[in-house]
Amino acid sequence: MEKRTYPGKPRDVYLYATCLVDMFHPDAGMDTVALLEREGIRVHFPRDQTCCGQPAYTSGYPEEAREVARKQLDLFPLPWPVVVPSGSCGGMMRHHYPRLFADEPEARAKALALADRVFELSEFLVHVVQVKLTDRGSAETVALHTSCSARREMGTHLTGADLLAQLCNVKLEVHGHESECCGFGGTFSLKQPDISSAMAADKVAAMQATGARGFISADCGCLLNLNHTLEARKEAFRGEHLATFLCRRTGAKP
Amino acid sequence: MNAPLNYVPRSDFKKRTFAATQDPHLRQSFRSAMDFLMAKRQAQFPDQEAFEHLRALGEEVRRYSLSRLPELLEQLEANLTRNGVKVHWAEDAEEANAIFLEISRSHGATRLIKGKSMVSEEIELNHEMAKHGVDCLESDMGEYIVQLDGEKPSHIIMPAIHKTKEQIARLFHEKVPGVDYTDSVDELIQIGRRILRENFRDAHIGVSGVNFAVAETGSLCLVENEGNGRMCTTVPPVHIAITGIEKVVEKLEHVVPLYTLLPRSATGQAITTYFNVISGPRKPGEKDGPKEVHLILLDNGRSQAYADEQLRQTLQCIRCGACMNHCPVYTRIGGHAYGTTYPGPIGEIVSPHMMGLTATHELPFASSLCGACGDVCPVKIPIPDILMRLRREASHEAEPGRPALRGQGAGRNRLVSLAFAAWRTIYSHPGLYRLYAWAASRLNFLTPKSQLGWTASRTPLIPARQTLRDRLKNRA
Amino acid sequence: MSARDNILARLRAAPRSSAPVMPDVAGRLADRYAALRAPEADRFGTFRSAIEAAHAEVHETSGAEWPALVVRLCREKGVAMLACPPAGDLSAALMLEPDAPEIWGYGETMEAVKGRLFDATDAGITRAHGAIAETGTLIAWTGVDEPRSLSLVPPIHFILLDRSRIYADLLQAMTEEGWAGRLPTNLLLISGPSKTADIQQTLAYGAHGPKELIVLVLNPEGVAA
Repeated sequence: MEKRTYPGKPRDVYLYATCLVDMFHPDAGMDTVALLEREGIRVHFPRDQTCCGQPAYTSGYPEEAREVARKQLDLFPLPWPVVVPSGSCGGMMRHHYPRLFADEPEARAKALALADRVFELSEFLVHVVQVKLTDRGSAETVALHTSCSARREMGTHLTGADLLAQLCNVKLEVHGHESECCGFGGTFSLKQPDISSAMAADKVAAMQATGARGFISADCGCLLNLNHTLEARKEAFRGEHLATFLCRRTGAKP
Repeated sequence: MNAPLNYVPRSDFKKRTFAATQDPHLRQSFRSAMDFLMAKRQAQFPDQEAFEHLRALGEEVRRYSLSRLPELLEQLEANLTRNGVKVHWAEDAEEANAIFLEISRSHGATRLIKGKSMVSEEIELNHEMAKHGVDCLESDMGEYIVQLDGEKPSHIIMPAIHKTKEQIARLFHEKVPGVDYTDSVDELIQIGRRILRENFRDAHIGVSGVNFAVAETGSLCLVENEGNGRMCTTVPPVHIAITGIEKVVEKLEHVVPLYTLLPRSATGQAITTYFNVISGPRKPGEKDGPKEVHLILLDNGRSQAYADEQLRQTLQCIRCGACMNHCPVYTRIGGHAYGTTYPGPIGEIVSPHMMGLTATHELPFASSLCGACGDVCPVKIPIPDILMRLRREASHEAEPGRPALRGQGAGRNRLVSLAFAAWRTIYSHPGLYRLYAWAASRLNFLTPKSQLGWTASRTPLIPARQTLRDRLKNRA
Repeated sequence: MSARDNILARLRAAPRSSAPVMPDVAGRLADRYAALRAPEADRFGTFRSAIEAAHAEVHETSGAEWPALVVRLCREKGVAMLACPPAGDLSAALMLEPDAPEIWGYGETMEAVKGRLFDATDAGITRAHGAIAETGTLIAWTGVDEPRSLSLVPPIHFILLDRSRIYADLLQAMTEEGWAGRLPTNLLLISGPSKTADIQQTLAYGAHGPKELIVLVLNPEGVAA
């Protein structure tokens, strides 16, 4: 993971909500907006945003990914930070866009400039906003799951834990094989259901074994994978998006 | 737990992975073995910065060596020849086996004893020699166990990692005459020692692999703990070594960073018991050592990987196995499910060159791209990037003007291509996307309840009743 | 066209990466080994703890006392037959000791002594060329005076090491001695007795090579054992 220098807290940010938040986790998007606005930041949502391109990129369809990604490059004309409340999508824009356009100098320059101001939500709250949270909830024990790419590319396991540590009544339990993949992997979960299911089953078992009430994640793909696995298993244990959890604990109103 | 997906025809690979994931015994034994190996490796690299520094050097040495591969192979050949080693070249498994057979016949040899060599597994040497009445016995304890049971290795460093000591105890009791059942590991090893010692003593030819070949000195380096590699290269009158063409380095000192990384990454040891540097057959006045040493340089698809600068990085591999030890997929399915000589992440990127994509096009997809393999690779092979590249090559015909990989496009699926074409159209036209998202959310009750692999063990994905963009619009 | 020509032609046809620069192995590893290479570093102590951790036995002795020590250890370990290098100096010193085991010198080719070596010899003794502190490694420079199999086939391996011959690390030994220009037919680095963990990751010693490795460190005159 590279060392990154962070800008000061801005007045305005763009929210790149990703297709997953838009269609499957709109609450997490609303909660992200609430958290940022409480810090006095104006949030702008470019209406033409669609998808970061990751599904095609990781499935062996880079040309298709490039066409979709190209559209996202032009969404952020002003030099504001771009906040992404889903880790691996943030990693896609930050680390893979410049490579996707390696052979197109003009687009690559844009991709590099964009990559420089893309921030995963927990990273943004900790390092840019330097947020100070006040816990208003009762005692609660949770586990934390981070997506593999966000963890490796942006250190979200550290920033996620940092935010939870600010909540005085929240206890974070570290589960076994904490850094291991939950088995989502985008289209991997469709193409290799047996392996993916085995990985998801192990992950939910490890988190439940800690005695936590539920788990927190800032990665929508992982959340979908694990929550729908838990639902199919008819278990009450659930994952909650980090933004939603922080709003709930600190009383921010979406 | 989850039922097989009867409505999608299962490939052999899928059948094997399904069986593996449903086998609690296999799951448990791989989980505990991989946990053990990961912890041991971690203890050898306590300082992440020092590890990054060291593996950057390892990568540099491998990249440098590959950048001069044809020259180094010629230099290696010249220096080995000067040292009295006979050098052979083989384009594929068939040619390599023919060379083994020819050397065996020229000595009237019928008993070969073999040290651990994955390249010999790659060419299925034992099987091919048996067809011609030449018996090739494995002498690495793990390989011996696997051979005794008529199996193949499930891990490149620990071939019998899928077996419990009780299974091995039963195997020895059933297959080795006069052996009583014992599940004491020490006793089992001593049984193996006794049997194999007789074979070291009496075999006609010793066979080994090579970990590093040094061009400037004309030397073959072998890394091992058991001493069977030394036995095979010391006792029989003839030694045949076989290696892939990528294993050459230029300078003897280039071995130092690689050998520093290899055992630490593989088994979490700072060093192996033996590092065996062979620079020729027995010289006049020497009392032992083989009178004849041969080296077979095998291509078998490696030059295809070499032809492409991204895929060439595959050849940086020093075969430590750390990528499989850290792979959540390998941990769930074990080595046999892959159906290849080299399992795990490295197997997924090297096997397509050896076997062609027709036989292996599913392998690059057997990864969640979590990146653990790339993080631990001691020579920094960007395995996830190469997996994505091979996914592309498996799914598309070669572009005009670019050489096709063997089996290029074998995994092409019209429906998938159409789905991604549709996806591109929708997601690169924001107006279309908004319409689609609006319809998918408003009409979410129409979402299919069966969603291919997803719903095998999960409830269906159903869009929210209102998208984020609609909620933000309403708020404003 | 031969296989050789075809393979080399394919490799030559591949795009060449930008001008390769020879890696500076010595420069890049200097920091890693600096502490161990410092004059005040305890190379012997590092060597000893590393090789003992690998299950070898280490005894400090001297040029005068080692034969008695070997004979005592042979008695304790039940060694009835001990094989020595062809040169004769080690066997001569050992034969002077009372109660020495049966000793034979490896003066003939292996073909001639194979039966005795494999089936009747309990231990072999050799001289180390040197050692490596970092990893607890012995350097065996085999050749006319030292058959390769002497450190391999007998179940116990005694090895004499001159304490002044311990290098900090492999790279230092290799470069200071100029190995690249003078390698023997078989150079060996030995870092413990033979071992395996191939059955359920359980460590067992004496897989195929020696079950016991006994290092006899010869202190220079004036250094107490």
